[in-house]
Amino acid sequence: MIKAILKSGMLLLVFTMVSILFVSWTQDTTQEKIQYNEEQLLIKRLAELVSNYDNDILKEKYDQVLTLHGIKQTIGIYPAKRNGQTFAYLVEHTYPNGYNGSIRLLTGISVDETLLGVRVVAHKETPGLGDKIETRKSDWIKQFTGLSLSNPTQDNWKVKRDGGVFEAFTGATITPRAIVTASYQVLELFNKKSLLIKAK
Amino acid sequence: MNDYIKIAKNGLWTNNQALVALLGLCPLLAVTNNIVNAIGLGLATTFVLVASNVTVSIFRNQISKEVRIPIFVLLIASFVTIVELLMQSYFYDLYLILGIFVPLIVTNCAILARAEAFASKNSWDKSALDGLMMGIGFSLILILLGAMRELIGSGTLFDQSSLILGSLGDTLSVTVFNDYQGTLLAVLPPGAFIGLGLIVAVKNYFDLKKV
Repeated sequence: MIKAILKSGMLLLVFTMVSILFVSWTQDTTQEKIQYNEEQLLIKRLAELVSNYDNDILKEKYDQVLTLHGIKQTIGIYPAKRNGQTFAYLVEHTYPNGYNGSIRLLTGISVDETLLGVRVVAHKETPGLGDKIETRKSDWIKQFTGLSLSNPTQDNWKVKRDGGVFEAFTGATITPRAIVTASYQVLELFNKKSLLIKAK
Repeated sequence: MNDYIKIAKNGLWTNNQALVALLGLCPLLAVTNNIVNAIGLGLATTFVLVASNVTVSIFRNQISKEVRIPIFVLLIASFVTIVELLMQSYFYDLYLILGIFVPLIVTNCAILARAEAFASKNSWDKSALDGLMMGIGFSLILILLGAMRELIGSGTLFDQSSLILGSLGDTLSVTVFNDYQGTLLAVLPPGAFIGLGLIVAVKNYFDLKKV
């Protein structure tokens, strides 16, 4: 009896060890390539919002834990610099009230507080309706480029149905409303710069 | 030789894991909203099936009955992790789409079922063939369902095939209906259930007709 248990235990042990060996060996050999892929994707995303920066933007990224969109969250901030001068910030933040859960956004804001653009990093909105916030489905989200807290005025920073200036998609209002609100609120936060920008 | 033909037929048609055993429905229904996702998950599943079948078969005499299930699960989980890592490093764009479904291959009962019902009783070459055929049978259903849903749902075929085939894929993408507004039902989960139900019905129709 004891012998049988020991034998089974040994068998499990051997298989576990060999499995771990193979998995960790694969992880070891692919790790570098995976990290490279992740960085390339991030660089591509950032480049859609801001070009001609000359700093190592990924290395200079920092996090701030703040309350934004009604929740306490970790906000990732990428400072874009030219000749050592910061001219824009790319802010990665989460808006929790999409149609179907939270929407992760990357918002580019130049130091004069105008939007360089908004991009969706991750979302779970309805395919075919709410997913028109992706650039590969529609150009809708590109309309935010150049806007600021005063352009349009505060009353107009809403979708048309709520009396604002932003077109919503047919059949989906909640998703565009979420993006509009999130963009406005991140601009508001940026307006109180001391909160967002790390002191040197 | 006869044995091998029987194994192939069993995997592709008679005992098709998706249509007859109705195993692995979670990934099946979740990723089949277009052809490219279906091919991606199909390839990954087939690879894991073959690898786990061969391994289980080789060690079938060493693995004692009492601990066989934990060992099978361990092997399958290891292969899936390896596939996931490889996909992350070589097909990163595809991984971004399939991402959360790749680990779910572990829970695809079809793989454990083949290890238990076939590989633990047969030689490694037969087990390899069984894994391959079961995998292809599963993949074909994934692709068929993906094609149906993509065509009805968004009016395209092979959209984004560059994710798998690189620049070659761009020429493959076909927009079948121009200015098609799309049918949301086909893209959403209910469309997957309805589509699979129809395919199962068609298979049963042919099976019953023969008798």
